[in-house]
Amino acid sequence: MADDEQDIILSELNDEELTLQMHDDLYDGLKDEIMEGVNILLERGWTPYDILTRTLVEGMGIVGIDFRDGILFVPEVLLAANAMKSGMSILKPLLIETGAPRLGRMVIGTVKGDIHDIGKNLVAMMMEGAGFEVTDLGINNAVENYLEAIERDQPDIVGMSALLTTTMPYMKVIIDTLVEKGIRDDYIVMVGGAPLNEEFGKAIGADAYCRDAAVAVETAKELIARRHNSVGS
Amino acid sequence: MTRRGGRTARLQSRAAAPVSRGPLDVDTLTHQRANIGAGRVALIACGALAREILAVNRANGAEHFALRCLPAILHNHPEQIAPAVEREISLAKSDGYEEIFILYADCGTGGALDEVCRRHDVARLPGPHCYAFFEGVEQQATRQEVTSFYLTDFLARQFDTFVTKPLGLAAHPELKDLYFGNYERLVYLAQTDDDGLTRKAESAAETLGLRFERRFTGYGDLATALSGL
Repeated sequence: MADDEQDIILSELNDEELTLQMHDDLYDGLKDEIMEGVNILLERGWTPYDILTRTLVEGMGIVGIDFRDGILFVPEVLLAANAMKSGMSILKPLLIETGAPRLGRMVIGTVKGDIHDIGKNLVAMMMEGAGFEVTDLGINNAVENYLEAIERDQPDIVGMSALLTTTMPYMKVIIDTLVEKGIRDDYIVMVGGAPLNEEFGKAIGADAYCRDAAVAVETAKELIARRHNSVGS
Repeated sequence: MTRRGGRTARLQSRAAAPVSRGPLDVDTLTHQRANIGAGRVALIACGALAREILAVNRANGAEHFALRCLPAILHNHPEQIAPAVEREISLAKSDGYEEIFILYADCGTGGALDEVCRRHDVARLPGPHCYAFFEGVEQQATRQEVTSFYLTDFLARQFDTFVTKPLGLAAHPELKDLYFGNYERLVYLAQTDDDGLTRKAESAAETLGLRFERRFTGYGDLATALSGL
């Protein structure tokens, strides 16, 4: 970026301009600018939930689309995610205080034998941003870890991630265990990870395969809504 | 009002393609297709294996192979490997090759490469990735080294191209822990005794903040597979 392009003063922008600039700053992974933007909007009386959804979540949606389309690559997505995280660090306590809407609860982890957590961390953050309560089990999780967290947190959604073709079959071990215990249908099971695809998700008995974090959020919302509708009918 | 940047600025700043310096140049093998030899058996291979395949064939005095390499960088987009191999199989068939062997492991394709092999009735190397067949598929499976990051001779040479640059570590070293924070050790699986490559691999471990281990493997199951063709 050329020097003459850096003369912008965020506080002088109107709400619409600032929102668009924050989308672009998020896209460019500019942490400090995102924090500044969040604070400006709070001072202007925006609710934490509106800031989260209209600037951060919407901005990460653009990042997600361009990652899917091969315009952005992993490092750029991570920098954007870090910028979002910095904004979230301001908003999270305020969201709890103001009782922002909660869409549901999710338990998520990378499965046994796998230590890769970039995608899983992105999903966890985006789900939190979208209004889900997330329990992150971390990496290398045996089925026992999932069962313990499911019993403790009573989630709506169980999420599993794997990067390796050697570890992705373990997702089926977890789903089969849920089936054996007669609790499979109590939860929405979502899976993701670079080597997976829709066919694999179906074959192991998951409810959905999610290609990326943005898709995971949309899928989760849709499946939760469908579930509520079926309970209500 | 000035600073916008974002998507528009990024699309305008994308760079150009690399230049070839001969079929065995590592940059050529990384980014381009390469055909070497004109024997009766077509070997469709990952460019990362070209030098090792030729070394084994030289040692075996095998001259009946035509090596057709696909760009090694496909490994950074494993979903592209199976379609690329399938296209190359069709090309080899249209060039008159009846015997074809695939010198790839599963390589992160999640079984998609096996589907291609089944469709065309051709075989591939054993195991999930090249680390496994260099060390020996069975041997590596028993090690259970989930916190090890592997390099081969090719990857030690091309560490910047496959790791530092695509992961943005040169420009953003702060991302290192996000990528490698869960790893403990870098294991260099050496196909050859080359002090220069060992130094490169050691320096890669240092860059990533990982313990270093060198393990000499030779050509492992790759040599066995080629000897049987």
